[in-house]
Amino acid sequence: MFELPSGAEIQSIIATLKTGVGLFIPEIYLSVLFMLLIVVDLVVKGRKNNLLASLTVLGLAGSFFFISRQHAVKAAEIFFGMYVLDEFAVFFKYFFVLSGMLTVLVSVADDEFNRKVRSIGEYYALIVAMVVGMIMMASSVDLLMMFLSMELVGLTAYVLTGYRKDDARSSEGALKYLVYGAVSSGLMVYGFSLVYGMTGETNIMKIGAELALHGYDPLLMMLASLLIIAGFGYKIGAVPFHFWSPDVYEGAPTPITAYLSVGSKAAGFAILMRFFYVAIPHGGEPFQDIVGMDWVMLLIALSIGSMIYGNVVALWQKNVKRMLAYSSIAHAGYLLLGILVMDELGTQATLFYLLGYLLMNIGAFYVVILIANRTGSENLDDYRGLGRKMPLAGAALTVFLISLVGLPPTIGFVGKLMIFSALLAKGSVYIWLALIGVLTSVISLYYYMLIPLNMYLRESQQPDEAPAQGGMLHQAAIAVLMLLTIYFGLFFQPLTDFAKVSSSMLGLSIY
Amino acid sequence: MELLTNIGLNHYLTISALLFGFGLFAVMTRRNAIVILMGVELILNAANINFLAFSKYSGGMEGVMFSLFIIVLAAAEAAIALAIVINIYKIFRSVDVSSIDTMKE
Repeated sequence: MFELPSGAEIQSIIATLKTGVGLFIPEIYLSVLFMLLIVVDLVVKGRKNNLLASLTVLGLAGSFFFISRQHAVKAAEIFFGMYVLDEFAVFFKYFFVLSGMLTVLVSVADDEFNRKVRSIGEYYALIVAMVVGMIMMASSVDLLMMFLSMELVGLTAYVLTGYRKDDARSSEGALKYLVYGAVSSGLMVYGFSLVYGMTGETNIMKIGAELALHGYDPLLMMLASLLIIAGFGYKIGAVPFHFWSPDVYEGAPTPITAYLSVGSKAAGFAILMRFFYVAIPHGGEPFQDIVGMDWVMLLIALSIGSMIYGNVVALWQKNVKRMLAYSSIAHAGYLLLGILVMDELGTQATLFYLLGYLLMNIGAFYVVILIANRTGSENLDDYRGLGRKMPLAGAALTVFLISLVGLPPTIGFVGKLMIFSALLAKGSVYIWLALIGVLTSVISLYYYMLIPLNMYLRESQQPDEAPAQGGMLHQAAIAVLMLLTIYFGLFFQPLTDFAKVSSSMLGLSIY
Repeated sequence: MELLTNIGLNHYLTISALLFGFGLFAVMTRRNAIVILMGVELILNAANINFLAFSKYSGGMEGVMFSLFIIVLAAAEAAIALAIVINIYKIFRSVDVSSIDTMKE
């Protein structure tokens, strides 16, 4: 049934693989770094937290060199249509490496984590593995690669969530993450199998062409869409696939919470954008109506649900980590708004918002960790009077929270402004969506501002202690993050230009 | 009789849909973490049957490749899942997911 390839065919296969490997260097470099970290952990004896952390940060920084050289390459498919290299993928490579570096920095800051964990060995290696997985999620153009890279991210994330084996909350978070993750990836792969059955292809560009050419059975397409959306929606933490996220975010070690809320969420958005833009046919009469439900309608439903649910439930939270978990559900809603307008402006806005979210959310978790180092708790009531005891941390947290609300002069304001203006640029169709976005942002003002209120205007019940001296490194790091949040809120031109360049995807036909 | 003697694509798809339904049912109704994971395996194997059946009747090899990778990944996932479940058992002395609920709203 299948013939053996001839000698010439084998030669051409080898040539294709060679070109592919040439364009795959950052991933190879990061995989080598991953293995190197495991070997160093095995060879070096004694306490090595700082050694491994600095090795990881330096190694991740080194990958910027290889990634920056990929700008020169023309967008192309590699490895027989499994993988792609384009500006969109390069943007996310920078993004994920940066989020990995910040996570390592945040992990070093967490005293409780470093004290309680008996062996730090695989921790940093797993963070690097997750960077590789997320990069591959953003660059996959084949259903098989999409599934494999999502599982790579998922499996590492389960282990990292449960990294504190002796801690009940950490283990419980890992179990919940695992159960929801396994089910949703099972649903997604069943949806993939239906898509494969409809088209006979696994490459998403070919799937898009096939669906546009021959049409599809509406009922089957709706079923497949729902199943696939379940897989992506779980990764981005959007309602109604959000059930895992509050418990996982609260239970996981705080650095991992920061990492999941930024990295894994952004990877979910990258893969969702690529699949939605490329594989799903848009426009044209027979394709608009899948039994009254197309992907835009599904995403609108997800987005509205996330914005309202995330912001409203966050109002009652007493634990700051849990509150930030609900806020990250709400932010998934805002990011979805940028995707569903389906034009260049919307994509640009989404990418810019993700960059802003990286700065402000990791910054917020960073300060939460520094405060937890001092008070030993993440409860809102224990934040009383901290503004005077930890002036820099208090100021920085206030800036990050203002940015999360979306008030000027911060990067969060510019991000929200871009998303809403992308919606309004579509004409009057999406005005009501922008309106919901603005109103829910107003709701979010209340719970975000509870934290500065407690820090500055309420007195601490404990007897006054001497001002705490955090490490110089961490003070400097949060100061830099705070200044960047404000700086890019005022001078956003370079980042918006970068996001505009990065919004070009291979095989894109909608703009 | 025709339906029973000639095995076609629809037979495979029916089996796979049934497996998928059973898997989803197990995931939604069972409280034991291990049984939930068994349900997930059923869902993955339903997808496998789909891929193999579509591959057989369309003539491409992608479906076979896909199902091979799903089998490998299911094994990897089971390894990590059982490690986490064992750890949960050590701490909570139970693998009942409804009793493992220390974090509240």
